[in-house]
Amino acid sequence: MTAETFRIGFLPLVDAALPILAHELGFAAREGVQIELVRDMTWATVRDRLLYGHTDAAHMIAPLAIATALGRDRPAVPMAVPFVLGLNGNAVTFSTQLAKDVGLGDTLGDPATIGAALQRVAAARKIAGKPLRFGVVHRYSSHNYMLRYWLAGVGIRPDLHIDIVVTSPPFAADALAAGEVDGICVGEPWNSIAVERGVGHIALATAQIWRRGVEKVLALRDAVVDERRDAVEALLRALHAAAAHFVEPGTAEDSADILSRPEYLNAPRDAVLRAITDRVRLTPGGDAIHYPDFMFQHREAANFPWRSQAAWLYSQMLRWDAAPYSSADAATAAAVFRPDIYRAALAGSGAPLPGASSKLEGGIDTPLGAGSVQGRLLLGSDRFFDGRAFDPDDIQGYLADLP
Amino acid sequence: MRIAIIDTSTTRAAIISDGLREAGLDDLVLIDTAGPLAAQIEAAQPEVVLINLENPSRDLLEDFFAMSRALARPIAMFVDQSDAEATGAAIDAGVSAYVVDGLSKQRIKPVIDLAIRRFQAFSRLQRELDEAKNALVERAAIDRAKAILMKRRAIDEPAAYALLRGQAMRTNRRISEIAEAIVTSDALLGDME
Repeated sequence: MTAETFRIGFLPLVDAALPILAHELGFAAREGVQIELVRDMTWATVRDRLLYGHTDAAHMIAPLAIATALGRDRPAVPMAVPFVLGLNGNAVTFSTQLAKDVGLGDTLGDPATIGAALQRVAAARKIAGKPLRFGVVHRYSSHNYMLRYWLAGVGIRPDLHIDIVVTSPPFAADALAAGEVDGICVGEPWNSIAVERGVGHIALATAQIWRRGVEKVLALRDAVVDERRDAVEALLRALHAAAAHFVEPGTAEDSADILSRPEYLNAPRDAVLRAITDRVRLTPGGDAIHYPDFMFQHREAANFPWRSQAAWLYSQMLRWDAAPYSSADAATAAAVFRPDIYRAALAGSGAPLPGASSKLEGGIDTPLGAGSVQGRLLLGSDRFFDGRAFDPDDIQGYLADLP
Repeated sequence: MRIAIIDTSTTRAAIISDGLREAGLDDLVLIDTAGPLAAQIEAAQPEVVLINLENPSRDLLEDFFAMSRALARPIAMFVDQSDAEATGAAIDAGVSAYVVDGLSKQRIKPVIDLAIRRFQAFSRLQRELDEAKNALVERAAIDRAKAILMKRRAIDEPAAYALLRGQAMRTNRRISEIAEAIVTSDALLGDME
């Protein structure tokens, strides 16, 4: 049997870990698939290579997969997301000056309290004619939506009280250093690199904004899934095994060794290690603090592509693009996430498989048992910082109620 | 038709500009990649933007185009999709094109085709240059390895070369790899006699 090859595009980020480890540690080979990793510096290039067949699959920011399927800014291409590569793992980092102005402490503070202080600074800067400017990694990124969700929730209206611009992750620390932006919302290790360079101070983990926020996904063209369904399922099993290994205690050092290599993240090993062990150094020279579930790569069926997560991202796309609700688009967006493929790939494996494909997002306070067709599934708190919950069947009602 | 070129390689930008000018497309704007991107594009008001695929500013550029659609004077540009085959070929060649809404396919095609040819020509040049550089480096390593063998084994140059070549054939490696190994081990162990 010749191994099925998947070329997988990625950006140098800690949450590209699963395809990299599946390749390096033999999980892919065990499933009869071969992974070739293709590194790029922008999501636009990752997307183009995927759409034009340079790659077969991609590590991708979830909203970009949905925007591509909806034909935002370009003709629509049907997309499939059968696997979530991780939840959260991002942070909001302020410039040292802004950290001082806001009065950030040396622990992770409360999002509402920091937000209130930031709101005062934002208002003063707006009056002075120099509005605050934050960088996010892409227009269609969870970073953009998480940051905006938080800002709007604390009374800072994005695009009105504060400017939000696009800065690619590898250049985010530079933009902070050059004073082009006052804050960034990016994935690790780029926040830590900004801190280590003495140009930033981590204010919040995005897990504080939404405890279980969907982040990177494995995206493929629909056509590839149809043509290579068996191989795609084998790839999912390899990624699932890599994820189980990744969260196993005692594997972090080895994972950090591999991920920090020049051909992957080309980043300081310590910063990578801190991110995957949920430790964050907030200030230059400070001690790293432990923030549980900073990155969430596997437990609680985190790799399962809940259609309600896609629906939430669609709701935020409408909110910030000021676009009208369309039930057809909502259906297309939700259908990009493919729990059916995930279930088929992992049937008989012992992995917990949720029975439902959609759930109320942000509705769980204390760990709750969830219906499963295989294995036992317990879901931990998935709260948004403002306590709101998202019902995927009432997107319009949800949007009407948001600030 | 005004064409803006954004390229991290100034040499390649020059090669593309020359090609476009030769084809009579001489309304060109070269964007300074060290300067503010959006402001330059806004000032230039191009109908086509050519950018190298791996340019680190692509996400920013696409965001600018998306936002500008809401402006009074939009520079609403889209990834060129007028000819799927040509777009695929452009991506293969390493160039990405954005065009203003409504620009006709007949007008875009020659620009894209030319950009593809010029990008390919540049890649070929780059490859030849890399090969020439590698050949020089290999040549130097082989010469040094020969000198080491001649001195330590007290043999002449043809004999030293024959040794290198014989070892390369037996181990199925390149002569330059054997030479590198000899140079390295000599540097580390040369004084252990």
